[in-house]
Amino acid sequence: MNALTQYLDLYHDHRDLIDSKSAKTMNHLRPEAYEILKNATLPKEGTDNYENTDLQGMLAPDYGLNIAKLNIDFNPAATFHCDVPRITPTPFIVVNDSYYPSSKALEGLPEGVEVGSLKQWAEKDPETVGRHYGKIADIKNPMVALDTLLAQDGFYLRVRKGVKVEKAMQLVNILQNGMPLMAVRRLLIIIEEGAEAQLLVCDHTQNPELDFLALETVEIYVERNASFDLYNLEESTVKTNRISTLYLNQEADSRVVIDGITLYNGTTRNEYYCNFRGENASLRLLGMGIEDERRRLSNYTHINHAVKHCKSDELFKYSVDDEARGAFTGRIYVAEGAEKTEAYQSNRNLVGSRTARMESRPELVIYNDDVKCSHGSATGQLDSMQLFYMRTRGLDEATARLLLKQAFMADIIDGIRVDALRDRLHLLVERRFAGASSACAGCAGCKD
Amino acid sequence: MLKVKDLHAEINGKEILKGINLEVKPGEVHAIMGPNGSGKSTLSMVLSGNPAYKATGGSAEFYGKDLLAMPPEVRSHEGLFLGFQYPVEIPGVSMVNFMRAAVNAKRAYFNEPPMSATEFLKMMREKRAVVELDNKLASRSVNEGFSGGEKKRNEIFQMAVLEPKLSILDETDSGLDIDALRIVAEGVNKLKTENNATIVITHYQRLLDYIKPDFVHILYKGKIVMTGGPELALDLEERGYDWIKEQVDKEA
Repeated sequence: MNALTQYLDLYHDHRDLIDSKSAKTMNHLRPEAYEILKNATLPKEGTDNYENTDLQGMLAPDYGLNIAKLNIDFNPAATFHCDVPRITPTPFIVVNDSYYPSSKALEGLPEGVEVGSLKQWAEKDPETVGRHYGKIADIKNPMVALDTLLAQDGFYLRVRKGVKVEKAMQLVNILQNGMPLMAVRRLLIIIEEGAEAQLLVCDHTQNPELDFLALETVEIYVERNASFDLYNLEESTVKTNRISTLYLNQEADSRVVIDGITLYNGTTRNEYYCNFRGENASLRLLGMGIEDERRRLSNYTHINHAVKHCKSDELFKYSVDDEARGAFTGRIYVAEGAEKTEAYQSNRNLVGSRTARMESRPELVIYNDDVKCSHGSATGQLDSMQLFYMRTRGLDEATARLLLKQAFMADIIDGIRVDALRDRLHLLVERRFAGASSACAGCAGCKD
Repeated sequence: MLKVKDLHAEINGKEILKGINLEVKPGEVHAIMGPNGSGKSTLSMVLSGNPAYKATGGSAEFYGKDLLAMPPEVRSHEGLFLGFQYPVEIPGVSMVNFMRAAVNAKRAYFNEPPMSATEFLKMMREKRAVVELDNKLASRSVNEGFSGGEKKRNEIFQMAVLEPKLSILDETDSGLDIDALRIVAEGVNKLKTENNATIVITHYQRLLDYIKPDFVHILYKGKIVMTGGPELALDLEERGYDWIKEQVDKEA
């Protein structure tokens, strides 16, 4: 049976309710998404680009959806303490699929930063949202279509022309419910010409005993000479499924860092589609996953060098242990006219057990001679001479392994350009490898 | 301190050590020399506990304890140090964190509290001076991007920090120019007391001009085939290993 049927039925039966709790700009695309999904078949696990992703399996359970937007009993002060303090005193919060309004979170932001509920901004400024919503996300991608069909709210950030936001902003996505839940959200980020911003997005699950599915589509526009950093930290649970599809458009002279850090998860599928539209733009695309038990992580990346003189630098690292499975597919496309392109891609993985699996597909497609490109993939175990060297200095094997694993991830974390976040992440990764059951430790253990 | 009796060892099923006998007492310096492939490095690896090597017979006692039964880290705590022929690069682990972990692991083994940060930094400063090691190297990753000379000096620096009872220096002279060799050798000499001992494994007599051995052993085909005083090293320098090989092969 097609796992999509239940969602098509849901929309078919409750179209008015879904629309009534959302904004016109978002509703406008639903019929098209519906038509696409009706004829869509989900790619099977094991087929190209889905080596380790069972979309059918992830979407098949009958999670509940909160399309009526019933209030969920949520008090951030009481239930949630952020694991990354000192970044912002009060983060923006999305609970499941809805923005949680907080005037405190807006304090101290410079003029020209428009942020908050996507639904509300779509009502308030339909012109801007309409020009961007669904414009780079490919609705033919079934996960984008499903998100478009059902998302009623999410997060919106617009930094107006020339505005430089000095302090990093933070968004916390929280999954919380009394029963299993599917949360469908949408993120729209517009960094206008010459503007600068950094955003940390943390994904948390509050109820570890419950099954969750978070489905999100992210659209990011970084305009001419603008700069944007996105750090996405997933600290969820083994019962959390995440399907995230991100589209990035970069105009000339723009600079972007995207760092996707999967610290704790259940089953995660991240897709990144990055597109250079103007010359002299640069992108660092980083990612890491620490996978153990039976966790699964699959990252798919596609960088399109459509124009000349752009630079992309991509590095993904995984540590897979126990019966965990990791997959990386990296695709770089250099178009015919894209001369002087620099594109580097690397995937490196540590496999710590016989039952863990890692699949890696680095791909580079070049239609131009005048480029500097490289790609590589290496999967192996910790170096036995390094381990022995450390042990001769008195470190026991467990400590030596821990230090080496942390060291392995160091360059992914060092790519973070927010000092406090970088320091904190070194510590979180250390704790993660040291075997803390969750870096947030129920969110009560983060007082230091 | 160290008593090795009829030690046999293999790697990947191939027997390399075929009955080593060696006794080292506090205050002594032993040199182990021998042609390539004679088992010099294997001996250092077996004594320090590299899991890739397997002791298949004989015994090694360290202050009366069964050395071969201890994991490498316990051998280190008990006072054994190996200076590597090829010091290993560990990108991402800073020298300072590595040494702090090492020092505190040893203290934990002896039920002592971790060293305070000030105390630790003071000690690092003092020990660096022994081998004129640049302060900048301390903040860098272990051996990463170090020159050949810096790597070897870094080994002696670690030896100074860990204050071992017995140091095995495996071809510490290889790849060193004459100035670096002098600094490394002087470092070793500065650390020498009547209570500790050193085994210097080397190919050439050159190092022994700086580190004066009390005993020189010749290792060949996995056995110590000859033991003498410092003059034996000079003899080797002049005549090479061939005459020993001939003598041993004839006896066999």
